[in-house]
Amino acid sequence: MTGLVVTGIGVVAPTGVGVEAHWSSLVRGEPAIRPIVGFDPAQYGVSLAGQVTGFVPADHVDPRLMVQTDRWTWMSLAAATLAAQDAGYTAPEDAYATSVFLAAGSGGNEFSQHEIQGLWAKGPKSVGAYQSIAWFYAASTGQISIRDGYKGPSGVVVSEGAGGLDSIGWARRVVRRGTPAVLVGGTEAGVTPYALLCQATSGRLSTATAPEDAYKPFDRRASGHVVGEGGAILLVEDPGAARARGVDRVWGEVVGHGATHDAHHHADPAPDARQYARAIQLSLTDAGITPDEVDLVLADGAGVPELDALELEALQRVFGGRADPVPVTAPSSFTGRLMAGGSALDVATALLAMRDGIVPGTAHLDDPVDAPGLDLVQHSRAQQVETAVVLARGFGGFNSSLVLRRPTEERTS
Amino acid sequence: MSTTGRRVVITGIGVVAPGSMGREGFWEMITAGRTATRRITFFDPGRFRSQVAAEVDFDGRKLGLTAHEVFRNDRFVQMAMVAADEAVADSGLALGGGVEATDPDRVGVVLGSAVGATMRLEDEYVAVSDAGTHWLVDPQYASRFLHHALVPSCGATELAVRFGASGPATVVSTGCTSGIDAVGYGSQLIEDGDADVVIAGASDAPISPISMACFDTIRATTGNNDDPEHAAKPFDARRDGFVMGEGSAVLVLEELEHARLRGAEVYCEVSGYANRCNAHHMTGLRPDGVEMAEAIRLALDQGRIDADEVGYVNAHGSGTKQNDRHETAAVKLSLGPTAQQVSMSSIKSMIGHSLGAIGSIEIAATALAVQRGVVPPTANYEVPDPECDLDYVPNTAREQKVDVALSVGSGFGGFQSAIVLAHPTRRTP
Repeated sequence: MTGLVVTGIGVVAPTGVGVEAHWSSLVRGEPAIRPIVGFDPAQYGVSLAGQVTGFVPADHVDPRLMVQTDRWTWMSLAAATLAAQDAGYTAPEDAYATSVFLAAGSGGNEFSQHEIQGLWAKGPKSVGAYQSIAWFYAASTGQISIRDGYKGPSGVVVSEGAGGLDSIGWARRVVRRGTPAVLVGGTEAGVTPYALLCQATSGRLSTATAPEDAYKPFDRRASGHVVGEGGAILLVEDPGAARARGVDRVWGEVVGHGATHDAHHHADPAPDARQYARAIQLSLTDAGITPDEVDLVLADGAGVPELDALELEALQRVFGGRADPVPVTAPSSFTGRLMAGGSALDVATALLAMRDGIVPGTAHLDDPVDAPGLDLVQHSRAQQVETAVVLARGFGGFNSSLVLRRPTEERTS
Repeated sequence: MSTTGRRVVITGIGVVAPGSMGREGFWEMITAGRTATRRITFFDPGRFRSQVAAEVDFDGRKLGLTAHEVFRNDRFVQMAMVAADEAVADSGLALGGGVEATDPDRVGVVLGSAVGATMRLEDEYVAVSDAGTHWLVDPQYASRFLHHALVPSCGATELAVRFGASGPATVVSTGCTSGIDAVGYGSQLIEDGDADVVIAGASDAPISPISMACFDTIRATTGNNDDPEHAAKPFDARRDGFVMGEGSAVLVLEELEHARLRGAEVYCEVSGYANRCNAHHMTGLRPDGVEMAEAIRLALDQGRIDADEVGYVNAHGSGTKQNDRHETAAVKLSLGPTAQQVSMSSIKSMIGHSLGAIGSIEIAATALAVQRGVVPPTANYEVPDPECDLDYVPNTAREQKVDVALSVGSGFGGFQSAIVLAHPTRRTP
């Protein structure tokens, strides 16, 4: 397989704008799930979400571009800039040498709701010129490409929550075919009235009103999850190309990916965890490692008892033979589930854990379910992480697994 | 060309297109030069600038879908399911178990869609907002399947479940190049060894008030409401915008040896695919066509194909002033002197522009052209435009042996994609 190095991370998340703000929330154990602001969600049976409160779009996005785009794209534009800055990356002379390959989930929700509202209340002439470019799922990818002058092969994949990892899987194919640098990951902005209603029909959202009760992956009192907004965009590069441009700091290497589909039901997961376990196994095989070599698993952590049980079963299938239990944490418990943005943010979190030798805990995991052979991490703790597996599932049966490795000293230089 | 040496062929085709039924109906229609554009019937278009579209007379129940499948899925998913059923049956593959069956873990799904379940999302919004009266929408009027509508990956899920395909699955949503990119990505899954079979295609159903309104305001769609049957005029000097369409095409992509071992009939090989961005404007195109030309050159290079081998270009040919000029320049730039001899046509003149779906429908048309030695025409072509001076195969299909064909697309966001199909008997260098 083609190895990639992650050279830049841009985070716009409920836990903070910027990679360090996000990380310190996790290390300090401060979840960002709070009562929804911006509208009254009472009638949706949901009162909490992970909203990005510290984000001032005008600090990141040209006002002329702001009026043409949805909040989702503002966050993508900001995260892409942060990632490029973090990587010390400026567009090379060859405009075809950079790609934008993001995951999307639900598109430009607030913008689109506003335009459809106007159309039905007032008629077709009320629809503005930017609806055609603000709502559709490729909007953020296109806007980043245009703003930053990136002409490489660009794309958008949608596999609900698995998308953030899948975009990295696809970026490997792009690099393999000769493009040295790709922006990956994604953001999501679905904490809006109509998008929240849509998400609530999944039947998986918690109705709890206290944050400590609402999203508790792997806890005996788990009762669903909370939605959130934001995500992360990362710059991944061909290792040789990164060296050639004199990169002085590599976050980590992407060494394996595996993706499967349950192929079982339009909404419900397969009753066994075979395909989920197979995705994990494929990623390990791709990385050329055994389950014993994995130091940390960042789980999907759906917070729905049935889905949690299936995830633990998948992990037991793969890691059950180990002498020491594998540590498993679910950092999405700090932000809520960000759909396409969530698994990209988990990749950022895994790389931070490697950098600092700290494993973040799972928020509100007070009374863990039985998980023989697995070490469910309740609170952040010091632990060296050389190899991490990031997992994600998408509604309908998408399974995705990514293997990351800490850069060795000579690789960093 | 893949680094692994694994080659990809098309062994099944299914089509849901305006004005016809299935793959053979579609082929008969486009080679007859018949148009399916008409005054919009789905809603009263009286208040809209563009009142013309290419609609599919589609009834999922009559085409094999269950009542539950129709109830929970947007039209774009329903059309993809019907097209996929035809494609898989056409391929002769045994999916979903049995002694001769292909290993389901080695079967992937890649479905393209530019706007996903936009129609369902709008219909439901009208109910929950009481026709735009309430911003805080009322859940009592909501369908239970709105999460399915919100995130278009439900389309890939339906296909994976339908065929028991437990390999990698995704939706690709790169605007109007989605249909080419979906087939391109599907081919890459096979080349890279992650699947042996991929059900790949695209579907879109955008003939709805919000879609028509948003293209109205930027004047991308035609204002030729008086003569709907001749409203789409790609490359003609009188062209004034595209005609909205809908539909789906799904292809069965298969690793060459896998197809040979089971004695499958092969339409053509997918020899190359490339995508580039113009990094210029979300909707605008520069007249020089440089980035599309780059995508074409790279796609040909992958297949180690010289420009002079290309016999047919299935054009994006949307019928906007800008596009057709841009694309003509791109073909001249990439094919050089061959551009003056190549047959180039736009089937959007007959079936409209179904956004992301059209890329796969055009690949289906191109594959059939290669297999059958017939090039479909550009309908409604009468008045030449000095800026569009290639051979657009005016109005009448042409019998022509095609060894190598290109299908190209261009989309909002600046995406430019090209795919190369080659006849199975073409001698590889």
